[in-house]
Amino acid sequence: MISYIIKRLLQGLLTVWFIATATFFAMHNVPGDPLLNDRAVSEAIRANLESKYGLDQPLGTQYLIYLKNLSQGDFGISFTQENREVNDIIREHFPVSAILGILAVVFAATGGILFGALTAIYRNRLPDFIIMILVILGISVPSFVIAAMSQLALVSFNSLIGVTVIPVAGWGTIFHMLTPALVLGLGTMAYLTRLMRSSMLEVVGSDYIRTAKSKGIPAPRIFTRHQIRNAILPVVTVLGPSIASITTGGFVVELVFAIPGLGRYFVQAVQQLDYTVIMGTTVFYGAFLVFMVILVDILYGLVDPRVRLEK
Amino acid sequence: MSSLSPADFERISNSSEKENISRPSLSYWADAWIRLKANKRALLSLYLIVALLLFTIVGPLIWTIDPAFQDLDQISQPPGSNRLALIVDDYEPWTGLSSSSENGLRLAESATTMAVRLVWDVLPNASGHRVYRNIFPVGTERAYGIPLAEYFDNSTLFFEDRLDLKPRRYFYSIVSLGENGELQDEYQSIAVDLQRVTTMNEARAKGLILPNSELTTGDSINLNLHPLGTDYLGRDMLSRLMEGARVSLFIGIGAPCLFILFGIIYGSFAGFMGGKIDQFLMRFADFVVALPFLLFMILFKIAFGIGPGESGVFPMLVALVVLMWPGTARLVRGQILQIREQGYIGASQLLGARTNYLIFRHMLPNTLGVVLVTITFAIPSAIFIEAFLSFIGMGVAPPTPSWGAMSNEGIKNMLTSPHELLLPAILISITVLAFNLLGDGLRDAFDARLRNQE
Repeated sequence: MISYIIKRLLQGLLTVWFIATATFFAMHNVPGDPLLNDRAVSEAIRANLESKYGLDQPLGTQYLIYLKNLSQGDFGISFTQENREVNDIIREHFPVSAILGILAVVFAATGGILFGALTAIYRNRLPDFIIMILVILGISVPSFVIAAMSQLALVSFNSLIGVTVIPVAGWGTIFHMLTPALVLGLGTMAYLTRLMRSSMLEVVGSDYIRTAKSKGIPAPRIFTRHQIRNAILPVVTVLGPSIASITTGGFVVELVFAIPGLGRYFVQAVQQLDYTVIMGTTVFYGAFLVFMVILVDILYGLVDPRVRLEK
Repeated sequence: MSSLSPADFERISNSSEKENISRPSLSYWADAWIRLKANKRALLSLYLIVALLLFTIVGPLIWTIDPAFQDLDQISQPPGSNRLALIVDDYEPWTGLSSSSENGLRLAESATTMAVRLVWDVLPNASGHRVYRNIFPVGTERAYGIPLAEYFDNSTLFFEDRLDLKPRRYFYSIVSLGENGELQDEYQSIAVDLQRVTTMNEARAKGLILPNSELTTGDSINLNLHPLGTDYLGRDMLSRLMEGARVSLFIGIGAPCLFILFGIIYGSFAGFMGGKIDQFLMRFADFVVALPFLLFMILFKIAFGIGPGESGVFPMLVALVVLMWPGTARLVRGQILQIREQGYIGASQLLGARTNYLIFRHMLPNTLGVVLVTITFAIPSAIFIEAFLSFIGMGVAPPTPSWGAMSNEGIKNMLTSPHELLLPAILISITVLAFNLLGDGLRDAFDARLRNQE
């Protein structure tokens, strides 16, 4: 097990290096000039600035400097906001995105598992149909439309009861987080529901469930102890990639709900061509996702020994 | 024991009739087609997709209005709205009216989209007035709307509104101001329904009336037809949706076809070569999978750079291909590895088949079913990604319409004209749903093992 973990971590480090390299060369190809400003810059100042940022060095040297700084966890200084380090920006905005993402994953996982199990139990009956229609909506309606619609619904709900219980946008209290997290998790929840449903249907028809029934175990206990526990495994496998898609999917939700998260900041940085922030955010997100996937894989290995043996 | 005659040992004629197979032989594809036809949902979504393609390809030939044309008489009009306009005399400046009666806030003359002329009396304790306009009633929250004008004495008791008027209902309010210009509690509000008007000269200039027509002031004419309404710049929604469908479907179908083609070549090469080469190629694919997808989509797009006048469709296509091929490559490689060990490959090799023949005759055709299923699932996700990026303003550049870009523009006017958001959103949803259901149907039809249990 330990050698497996070490192997996965080394692979992860290699992947992060690849991400950093791809980011560096993609950013190097971006047209435009980072030192081009509204103000006229004289040749001397320009040369000074270039040497300060290392832009007068050959590309290979720039790359090595970049890797060296990166290995020390230094993403550099923002180009557009004076005296602000990219690390500070990440430290300030990432927790917001992370909380939102965690809440969304929790919503998606619990909802997906519960709804998926219910549809399988009530197969071809009313609850099944209702949930499957919601699933189809969740899969086919873009998240920005759901976000906008839920805001509209919130506005009319708030004006109906006369008090703003759940705010329409912004960030701060737990009430601010509920709607965006739900919207963010909805697509994944729909996907997990489908997965759980087909996995559960397989379990429901299996021999050990019949055995359990014939032993006289009450239905609720079979449901929790036997059916859900066995059907949940495929859902756990896709949880890693799901976390990845939810965290990056936060862009739209953060924009629509005016949440000061890293996704919104990234979009802003791209619009302003803030080179260091774009690079730093990309590498940071990439590394985060890589290690999340590894973490889920390791946890899965603990839950299901068969996986560990395969690798 | 019955006697046997020599006739019994006569050989029965070997006609081909007896060897007839009673049922027609079914190829892999014919079998899949029969199963797909039995699946009502998949068939329905197939029809939907054909209808969408017709809408995209044939539609612009029938509905030939330029998607970039701005009909400034009809801005943000809902679908199927009334498009009658009254012909009136040319605009003449208004010098106001001195009010003497005690009727409060009222109209000096009937309100039109050319001008709304209001008169009022001095509100109690007012040292001045401020005029507001809203599209909703003032209500208990005192939402007056946008301030239009303010007067700090009681000499002016009239106001003419010519600001961006639409043929709809507005709520005008006057609020009394205190001595220092501060807002006081007294207010009056009226609802005003505006009639759409146009002048003779305007109508002629826009070609709405023929030069020799008999129409005069006081008659009504029909403005241009916009069956699905117009957007916030007065552009025809129907033609923009068609044009947007071209962009969305071009990216949605073009990109998956390209990256799946690349994935097939890459994956089959890796699977066929095996060994070190295979390991190296697949490790590289793993790296590409690990890239944070949306961030790199945006990164690649800015790395390409969009010049002025370019639509940004091509960079998005390339970025999608560069980032999405590994999935197909892995899948095809797995298939090839499996097929390589099959008996019929060995048999073919024994018969002297060459490598090329093996790959193109036996291996690739047998992976095509799985590949087709991947394409149908890749199309909705590509459409989603395009919509998503265009929505956050990182997709196609305006004025190129795509469904995502149209939603982005529509969400800003969501409250006043919801159709600008809803129409493109509905089209995105229907397309994504249709391709998803078709993908489910194809998967069931092609591969019994993957069949989902429904």
